[in-house]
Amino acid sequence: MIRVRGVDKAFGDKTVLHGIDVAFDAGQVNFIIGRSGSGKSVLTKCIVGLLEVDAGSIHYAGEDFTSLTSKEREEIRLQIGMLFQGGALFDSMTVLENVEFPLKMFTSMGPEERMERAMECLKRVQLEGAEYRYPAEVSGGMQKRVALARAIVGRPRYLFCDEPNSGLDPQTAIVIDNLIRDLTQEYNTTTVVISHDMNSVIEIGDNIHFLHEGTVAWRGDRKGILDSGVKELDTFVYASDLMRNIKAKLQEQ
Amino acid sequence: MGGMGLLFHIGRYFAFMASALRRPQKGRVFAQATIIELEAIGVQSLGIVALLSLFMGAVIAIQTAHQVGGWVPAYTIGFTVRQTMILEFAPTIIPVILSGKVGSNIASQIGTMQVTEQIDALEVMGVRSISHLVLPKLLAALVIFPFLVVIAMVLGIGAGAWICNAAELSSFADYEYGIQVDFKAFDVAYALIKTCVFALIITSVSAYHGYHTSGGAKEVGRSSTKAVVYSVVIVMVANLVITQLLLT
Repeated sequence: MIRVRGVDKAFGDKTVLHGIDVAFDAGQVNFIIGRSGSGKSVLTKCIVGLLEVDAGSIHYAGEDFTSLTSKEREEIRLQIGMLFQGGALFDSMTVLENVEFPLKMFTSMGPEERMERAMECLKRVQLEGAEYRYPAEVSGGMQKRVALARAIVGRPRYLFCDEPNSGLDPQTAIVIDNLIRDLTQEYNTTTVVISHDMNSVIEIGDNIHFLHEGTVAWRGDRKGILDSGVKELDTFVYASDLMRNIKAKLQEQ
Repeated sequence: MGGMGLLFHIGRYFAFMASALRRPQKGRVFAQATIIELEAIGVQSLGIVALLSLFMGAVIAIQTAHQVGGWVPAYTIGFTVRQTMILEFAPTIIPVILSGKVGSNIASQIGTMQVTEQIDALEVMGVRSISHLVLPKLLAALVIFPFLVVIAMVLGIGAGAWICNAAELSSFADYEYGIQVDFKAFDVAYALIKTCVFALIITSVSAYHGYHTSGGAKEVGRSSTKAVVYSVVIVMVANLVITQLLLT
């Protein structure tokens, strides 16, 4: 479980996060949603330690991450897997080398054992046969799956996915969504997904946190999101004709 | 860049270097990365170093013959080629040229990793990204630059001998005497000392600019240009300081 308590973050005079209190449960897909500029990415970067918070604390399984030294944080970081928006694959390495990399850095596994585990993860994301290709030689959807394989190769307790469906066609997006949901259950990870894709939220979101102007304006589940009564969230959810039509049909029923 | 800006960069550069010089997290990964860098920095630079040294050695020989021919002893050509190649061309001009090739490559490689979140990915995994990316490059440059510089010295002096013979500027015996006369082994040591300092400057300044890139392709290009410009300026200042310290 990850708990965020009273987190503030500003860049110069601009306050991006103010008094953020959220909890992300283990074995569930937790969504952080909100408009562009609402502070989703900054909050995520604070949680994984890429940015320092100005105030407040972040707890991983009860341990205050914000008060740890960089050396002590490494222990927790080894339990984190992250899927970045653009994949963030190492372009000088093959797909297999990318997935093997965390094992090479942080385990005492031999080459055969490493390869076996990496291949297991690639198979799990349906990427057998692509292991000796370079990131530039595979499609965007495949890059996301490689990144997901790399994120889970160390059997993480915490999985972060930053805009996992950005730039993907709807069919590939569903494949990625399903993988995130299934992997969360398989590894019992505390999964945090940052997204503004309502399809994903409705498909796989267990807990949803809506950020508006740097504060949590609403939290609930995927059923509640369709009828939250929060004006900003309604505007966000029903921004597209498709969602407005779904709402109309639900009301007719 | 204002005074405060300069101070900010100096402070951030030294903090960056302190991170870069931390002990590698995994020895085997570090060794493999260093070998890759030796190839990228050294082997891939051999061609340009050899080509430039050959031409420079030959040109210095012709110019010396043209300037002083007839009123100073013929061995002066060999002497001048040797001194120019050992004292300045090989240890200073070759690193300046390499800052254009190696420095811009380092800055754009690390800069691209920064803007595509590859460095964030390393950090989230628990990898100390600065040390992981920069230390192998520093070590490889420290090892390979002196070799490249010695090759440049030898090829330049050899090219001078060849052109003297081919263009009948002086006899081989005069040239041979010239490259031996008043030879001080310390000159070579001085050249190698400053080569090592320049290797550190070029690699670290370029890595620093690459690492602190933010934005997109345009900023990566800008970091690459900054890396070359600042490396060359700092190398020139360091050249003056080292020369003053070691030769006077």
